[in-house]
Amino acid sequence: MPADAAVLHRLTAKVTATAHPTGATCACPAPATQTLTHRPDATVVRHTNTVAKAHAPGTDPTELTLRLTTAARLPDILLAPLATIPAALEDRLVTFWPYGIPVNPDDPDAAPWEAAATLLAHLHRTPLPTTSRFLLPPMRGPRKAARAIARLRAALDTTCTPAAPPVLAAWCALPAWARAEAPMTGGSTTGGPTTLCHGDLHLGQLVRHPAPHGPWRLIDVDDLGPGVPAWDLARPAAWYACGLLPPDEWARFLEAYRTAEGPAVPRTGDPWPALDIPARALTVQTAALALVKALAADRPLDEVEQALVDACARMSSASPELTNGFPK
Amino acid sequence: MQCPKCHAPMHTYNRNGVQIEQCSGCRGIFLDYGELEALTRLESQWSQPAPPPPPAPQAYPAPSAPAWGAPHGGHHGGHYGGHHHKSFGHMLFSS
Repeated sequence: MPADAAVLHRLTAKVTATAHPTGATCACPAPATQTLTHRPDATVVRHTNTVAKAHAPGTDPTELTLRLTTAARLPDILLAPLATIPAALEDRLVTFWPYGIPVNPDDPDAAPWEAAATLLAHLHRTPLPTTSRFLLPPMRGPRKAARAIARLRAALDTTCTPAAPPVLAAWCALPAWARAEAPMTGGSTTGGPTTLCHGDLHLGQLVRHPAPHGPWRLIDVDDLGPGVPAWDLARPAAWYACGLLPPDEWARFLEAYRTAEGPAVPRTGDPWPALDIPARALTVQTAALALVKALAADRPLDEVEQALVDACARMSSASPELTNGFPK
Repeated sequence: MQCPKCHAPMHTYNRNGVQIEQCSGCRGIFLDYGELEALTRLESQWSQPAPPPPPAPQAYPAPSAPAWGAPHGGHHGGHYGGHHHKSFGHMLFSS
């Protein structure tokens, strides 16, 4: 059995056993088991009301445990895990969760922008206990962006495309912290960030729990940690800036975040000085991954992907100094 | 100099020898005669290889979108078909 099929097979057995802890024979109505995600970096399987996730190979068990504990402490914001210690399944770490209903991908008009923004504002306003501040690893947003660029560079070893130079140039123009080459700063006298961030917000990171009519909660703690909170707003910001997300939806998201007194942007006035660097980074990250996919499939970019590359090209003529502050 | 739109003070930048005034209030930009052409020329010398032509900087960009945003992104965004474009629909849900 290929390795990825073996992971899916073992995880399916594990989630079924966890859903029936007494060893009772499963009598759940078919189809009780459903594969929700199956990628190299994550496999997620559901059995009725129980969900098991196999985390990326190489995930640090201590860091994952700290992130699970944080989620368990914040059940009004993050979906609480069924256990705060990950289980080992061969070479993968597995966590267990209650099932929640995700946003319907076929009906993104129903996207809960206000709920997403309000949950983020509450997360960002959560005081980090001193112990977590030092123990919880940083939010991994910049590392994910750096990984996307590494994948693009690897793809360019064997092929080339005129779309790559503007993406790489926009990446190189970002400050070191946004490229995961220097620590994020701000928020405390000791220099480290103190704002708890999600690190990978998109519409797939929201579920209603209890299903189907419970309140929205954020899921996926893999990138959770102290960091620059504007990073959590930066994906919608980037979509809006690239002309993909309609302005009214961006306005609803931003207004809800401000109403809930989220600290990432000033309460009034221009939010872009705070959003500019993270939104550039997310645009570059998304463009890089789109290019990797297009190169692998040997197809041209579609117009949405091209819009991301075009935004990267425009970044070189709009330096961060010009958009992000004023001369001293 | 004061911004003709919101009357806040404007600050002067020197970008590659071109003087630019930017408003500290609404962040609009004022260009003297010929400066837009000078900037465009400089950018086209700089950028490589053959990127799309730089967008014409708007004299007073909307404060609610970044300078590198889509030409109409801040004002009429979603012109790529919004959610209903399959590629963007997928992007909304992916890392």
